[in-house]
Amino acid sequence: MMDRYSKLQIVGIYAAIAVFLTFILLPFLEMFMASLRPLEHLFRSPYQFWSDDFSFQAYRDMWVTVPLLGRYILNSVFIAGSVTVLTMVFVVPAAYAYARLDFPFKSASLGMFLGVNMFTGAVLLIPLYRVLSALGLLNSYWAMIVPGIAFLIPTGIWLLRSYLEKIPVELEEAAYVDGASRLYTLRRVVLPLAVPGLIVVSTAIFIGAYAQQFLFAITFNQTREYQPLPAGLFEFIGYQSVTWNEMMAAALTGVLPVMVIFLFLQKYLVAGLTAGAVKE
Amino acid sequence: MKARNSRSTGITKGWKLTDLVSTTQRKRRSLPESWFAWALIAPAVIFILVIVAWPLLETFRLSFTDARLGGESYVGMENYTDLAESKKFRQTIVRTFYWMFLSVFLKLILGLVGATLLNAAVPGRGLFRVLVMPPWVIPMAIGMIGWLWLYNGAFGVLSGTAQQFGLIDKAFEFLAYKRSAFYSAVVADVWVGTPMVTLFFLAAMQGVSRDLYEAAWVDGAGRWYRFRRITIPQIMPVIVSMALLSAIFTFNSFEIIWILTEGGPRSATTTLIIDTYKTAIGNFKFGEGAARAVVIVFLLAIFSLIYLFFLNKVNKHYGVK
Repeated sequence: MMDRYSKLQIVGIYAAIAVFLTFILLPFLEMFMASLRPLEHLFRSPYQFWSDDFSFQAYRDMWVTVPLLGRYILNSVFIAGSVTVLTMVFVVPAAYAYARLDFPFKSASLGMFLGVNMFTGAVLLIPLYRVLSALGLLNSYWAMIVPGIAFLIPTGIWLLRSYLEKIPVELEEAAYVDGASRLYTLRRVVLPLAVPGLIVVSTAIFIGAYAQQFLFAITFNQTREYQPLPAGLFEFIGYQSVTWNEMMAAALTGVLPVMVIFLFLQKYLVAGLTAGAVKE
Repeated sequence: MKARNSRSTGITKGWKLTDLVSTTQRKRRSLPESWFAWALIAPAVIFILVIVAWPLLETFRLSFTDARLGGESYVGMENYTDLAESKKFRQTIVRTFYWMFLSVFLKLILGLVGATLLNAAVPGRGLFRVLVMPPWVIPMAIGMIGWLWLYNGAFGVLSGTAQQFGLIDKAFEFLAYKRSAFYSAVVADVWVGTPMVTLFFLAAMQGVSRDLYEAAWVDGAGRWYRFRRITIPQIMPVIVSMALLSAIFTFNSFEIIWILTEGGPRSATTTLIIDTYKTAIGNFKFGEGAARAVVIVFLLAIFSLIYLFFLNKVNKHYGVK
């Protein structure tokens, strides 16, 4: 009863939602429309909303105009995938320690991790450039993977920690009483129970890793064959004759991998990420 | 942990064989808990020390040098005194804070409105919630390619539609003028940040107990009153922490401005981050760039401390945790 709306109110709510979603989705809609227009109609002034010759031609031509497009997309997926796997290797043991164990400097070290979130790579670029250069990692996939991991470890620890805290501690105690070692308990008791949480956290890290590549790529990598999608496309924008319809088609194609993953897992992902916002 | 040990010895009292077993087991476990914990977090700590903490210290050191491509020598406070005297740099700081406050304010307002709408019990809200998320999920750089096209004067939909409705009489290049470029970048930044804020507010709103609303409703409180006197106070801690998080993101926002305008036209969209990047990476003035980076770190630290203090007060005031 409390939630009942009058007809007028419902119309008002839908209208407001429509305005809100238009703001959110307008760039995507425009990108899609632009990708469908033949090039000569794209540059038509004054602006016309509707063209009568929409086609998917750009989605075929883009592979020729941007010869490395397939490579860029694969690079993006590869870099994000590597960052995800390696980040989880660092995050899982650390998150377990913060969730379950008591040790000196616990909150100080956790504070240090969260402090990392205050900076972006942009502040640290100069010395980071030198570190990567000293390690011989410039102009390689590692130049984008290594800083990527560093800036996702804090988020990963934070998310996984709150998930692990929800697993009943009695199961671990049972294993412990049966004589299992700490490491064995972590591997055989805690991790299997944490699989849903591990999936949510690694998906969040993958999305983050897919999104953050641009800065590291344009700064630490000059090798065109290794560029991820955003950096690869950005290079083309500077050119004299940008084939914008193909650029839009390529951009939309390039976000497909991450959108697909997101759509499958969005329910769990949102619940997992916003868990901290809900009072117990 | 202690309780567990005493319990197991309690059970094994009088049983010679099991006593022996548990003694050896206890020996195997004699590694103190804190050692084990440190072993678990050590890889992550070392990684962060090498990739983040050391570069941070190195940034401090470099800020006292005139490091360039050719080499470096110690110059003392020169980089900082240069910054202090530079009128341009002062303008950049003011612009950065204006950029941050405006953008965060808009994100919070839109997030609050959006979350309230998506929280309304109307059919289809599950779908609407999914549709809000794409700007958050996709790489910012890709989203900005879309905004570049929207802001295009001759061929973009914004200028085109405005012309058709007669609001402007000729094509308007949003990114070509100082003022419009700045506000265009703010809108794009708000677009990127709003989905996250909306979803956190929505999650917080869903966590508010229904009993509170029902009690108020029984007493005849209207929707607006319930929103103002129940929803807002109940989610206030989340509002404050989202404000801090968004402020840090916005302050550090690089890709949005870089792709839309590269800090132009005539520095109209040059924030501290862009200025630092241009100085250090664009012009290879590492020392001067490092001094700017230190200013950023310093400002962010002060800002965060003030904020955490404030957050503490809010939490106390609203009786959370």
